[in-house]
Amino acid sequence: MLSRPLFRFVRDDRRIAFMRGRHMGLVVSAVLSVASLLLFFQPGLKLGLDFRGGIVVEAQTAAPANINQLRAALDQAGIHPDAVQAFGSDRDVRISVSAPEGADREARTQQVVDRVKDTLSKAAPGTQIQRADAVGASVSHELFRNGLLALGLSLAMILVYIWVRFEREFAISAVLTLILDLTKTVGFLAITRFEFDLVMVAALLTILGYSTNDKVVVYDRIRENLRKYRTMPLREVLDLSINETLNRTLGTSMTVFLAALPLALFGGSTLTGFATVMLFGIVVGTSSSIFIAAPLLLLLGKNRLRPSGE
Amino acid sequence: MYYSRLRLLGVAGVCLLGVLLCLPNFLKAPSSSLPWRQIHLGLDLKGGSYLLLQLDLKSLEHDRLLSLQDQTRQTLLDHGLGYKDFVRDDSTQRLSFTLRADSERDAVLAALKSVPTAVPNEFEVAATGERVDLVLQHDAMLARARDAVAQSIEIVRRRIDATGAIDPSIAREGDDRIVVELPGVSDPERIKTLLGTTARLTFRLLAPNPTAASPGSTMLEDISTHTQLAVQDHVDVDGTDLTNAGAVIDQQSGGWAVTFQLNSTGASAFGNVTRANVGRRFAIVLDNKVIEAPNIINPITAGSGQITGGFDARSASDLALLLRAGALPAPLAVIEQRSIGPSLGAASIHAGVISLAAGFVLVVVFMVLFYARFGLYADIALLANLVLMVGILSLFQATLTLPGMAGMLLTLGMAVDANILINERIREEVQRGRGVLQALQAGFDRATGTIIDSNATAFLAHVMLFVFGTGPVKNFALTITIGIATTLFTTLVFSRLLIVRWYAVTRPSKLPV
Repeated sequence: MLSRPLFRFVRDDRRIAFMRGRHMGLVVSAVLSVASLLLFFQPGLKLGLDFRGGIVVEAQTAAPANINQLRAALDQAGIHPDAVQAFGSDRDVRISVSAPEGADREARTQQVVDRVKDTLSKAAPGTQIQRADAVGASVSHELFRNGLLALGLSLAMILVYIWVRFEREFAISAVLTLILDLTKTVGFLAITRFEFDLVMVAALLTILGYSTNDKVVVYDRIRENLRKYRTMPLREVLDLSINETLNRTLGTSMTVFLAALPLALFGGSTLTGFATVMLFGIVVGTSSSIFIAAPLLLLLGKNRLRPSGE
Repeated sequence: MYYSRLRLLGVAGVCLLGVLLCLPNFLKAPSSSLPWRQIHLGLDLKGGSYLLLQLDLKSLEHDRLLSLQDQTRQTLLDHGLGYKDFVRDDSTQRLSFTLRADSERDAVLAALKSVPTAVPNEFEVAATGERVDLVLQHDAMLARARDAVAQSIEIVRRRIDATGAIDPSIAREGDDRIVVELPGVSDPERIKTLLGTTARLTFRLLAPNPTAASPGSTMLEDISTHTQLAVQDHVDVDGTDLTNAGAVIDQQSGGWAVTFQLNSTGASAFGNVTRANVGRRFAIVLDNKVIEAPNIINPITAGSGQITGGFDARSASDLALLLRAGALPAPLAVIEQRSIGPSLGAASIHAGVISLAAGFVLVVVFMVLFYARFGLYADIALLANLVLMVGILSLFQATLTLPGMAGMLLTLGMAVDANILINERIREEVQRGRGVLQALQAGFDRATGTIIDSNATAFLAHVMLFVFGTGPVKNFALTITIGIATTLFTTLVFSRLLIVRWYAVTRPSKLPV
C-alpha cells in the first residue's frame, strides 16, 4: 500500500526530441499571438466596470422578471441603459448604464445608480438589490493605469531576477515567452468576452507568476546540465533537460489545473471568468515552457552558452 | 537528514501555533481577553458598501479666496486705507485692487502683512504701479488640502457614527481622497446624501438692495421662496461656533424646525450684529443656499435660535445631525461606489468554500495516486499549509475577499510543486543507483535550490502586485505572498520532517517513488 506511484505521465526513459519541432512551436506561437493582437484591436476586450466607468446594478425580483417592462420603466425615468439582461435564474437581472459624459460626470454617475435603484423598486416591488456599483470616469482611468503598471512592474522584476540568478539569454527568452503567453491570454479574453476588470488583471498576473515558475524550473535544470555535460551540444542539453523535468512540469500544471477547476465550475459570476482564464493560462504557460522558452534559448544562446555551435 | 529533538519540537510548535491562531475563526465571538484574532471578511463576502470620496479642491480654493478678499478689505478699512476696483480671479487664484493714492502704497503693503493666514506664506503680494496683487500659493493650498482631508475624515466619522452604522472604516487615500467602508450597509443612499452635504451654516446680512448684486455680495437662491437674494459675502456668524443642534416641532406652525445653540464667541457676535441691524434682513445660509431670511425684530443675545425652513422629521433630524457633526471644509464627491447585498455575499462565501474544498480534495487525490506515500506526506503538509495561511491571515486580522480566496486556492495548487520537485529528484537519484539514504539526501538538496528560485520569482512578482495593486488585486497578492512563505516552510521543513521520521522508524529498503 502506497509503496509506489500508481500513475506517471511519461516513462522515465522516454526521450522526446522537442527541439526538432522548435520552428513549428515558434511559428504556431507567433501566429496565435499575432491573431490575439488582432483580436485585441478588433473586436477588442470587453472592458468591465472598473476600467470603463459607469454603473452596474444587479437585482433579484420577487417574481420572474419582466425585462421589457423594466426597460420601459427605466426609459421613462430618463435612464437609457446599455443593457437590461437576465442572468442566472429568471429572477436575476443586470442593468448596465454607461458613464454620463460632460461636466460633473462623477457626481452624476452616483445619481444614476440611486435613480436606477428607485425605479426598480417602484417598477417591481419586492426587488432586492444584490449589487450596485458605480465607478466614475476619472477613477476608472486610474484603475486601468495602476493595473497596467502592476503588470509591467512584475514583468520587469521577473526579468531582473532571472538575469541576476541565471544569465541574460535566460532572462530575455523567459520574458519574451511570458509576453507571448500574455498576448494569447488577451486573445482568449477577446474571444470569450469575459469582462476585463481588476480581477482579470489579477488572473493575468497569476498566469505570469505560474508561467515564470515553470520556466525557472526548466532553466534550472538546463543550467545544471550545461555544467554537467560540458561537451553536449546545447540542443541536446535542452532536450534532455525538458525530458528530465517533464513529469514535474506536467504534475504541477495538473495540480494547479485541478485546484482552479472547481473555481471555474462553482466560483459564481465573479470568479468563473477569472478561473477559466487561469485554466487557459496554465495550459499556455506549461506548453510554452517546453515549446517556446527552450527554443528561444537555443536561438539566443547558440553561440554564447555553447561556443562550439549547437 | 537528521532532525534534532529541538528542531522537531520547533516544527511541531509552529504547526500547533497555526492551529491555535486558526481556532477563533470557528467561534462566533471570541473572548476579548484572549489574544486571538479573526479574519475579517471583505465587503464582497459580507455585504456592505465601499465609497471613494474626493475632496473638491477647487471649492476649497474658491472659499479661501473669498474669505481672503473679505479679510483684506476689513484689514484695509481697519487701517484707514482705501482701495478701488477690487477684483477676484478664481482661475489664477488672484485678488487685485488699485490704490486710492500712490502715497498709501507703503502703508497698504505693511497692513497686508497683518491679514490673518491659515498656513504660513499663504499668499504673495506684488505691487506694480497702482495695482496690488495677492496671489494664493500652490504649496500652501496643498498643505491646506491635506489638513482639510484630515479634518474631513473626522467629520465624516462623526456623521457616519451618528447614523448607527456598525464598524465603519474611514481612511485617507492619496492626497485628496477618503475611503469609506460600511459593512452591512448595502444601500448607502442616506449616507451618500449626508456626506454629499458640506453643511456649512453661516449667518449673513442681506445686501441693502436684496434684488441686485452689489460689490461684496452674491446672489443666492432662497429655497423656501425659490427667489434669488443678494447676500453679503461677509460672514457675521459661522457654524463653527455651534455647540449643539436638535430637531424639534415648532410651537407656532406645528412643523419641524431645527434649534441651535452657539458658544460665547458666536453668541456675542450674534448679539452685536442683531443689535446693530434691527429691521434689516438676516440670511441663514446653508451651503450657498438661503434656508430662510427673517427680519431682525429684536437683538438676539442668548446665543440660541431656531431655523424653520419647511423641514419634515427626516430632513430636520438630518440637518441637526450635520450641524452637530460640523461642516466639511470642502464638498466631498462620491467618485466610486460598490455595494453588495448580504445574500450575494453569503452566496459568494458558499461558492468560495465549495471551490476551496473541491480543489483541495482533487489535489490530495492526485498527489496520492502519482506519488504514493510521499504524496500522502505532501497532502499532510498541504493541510498544515492551509492551517498556517489561515492562522497568519487571522493574526494580522487581514481581510479576506473573493479574489483572496482564489489566491488561497492557487497557493494550494502551487504548494505541492515543491514536493513534486523533491519526489522527482529522489526518483532520479534512485534510478542512478543510489542507496535509499543517499537518494533522499541528494533529492532534497538538489531540489531546494530550484524550489527557492521558483518561489522567489513568484514572491517578488506578488510583492510588486501588493505594493502597486489596488482593491481586489491587493488582497489577492497578499494571500499569495503569505502562501508562498508558508509553502516554503511546509514543504522544505515540515514534509521533509515527515519523510525523515518515516525513514528513521521503518528503515525502508526501497523508496516509494
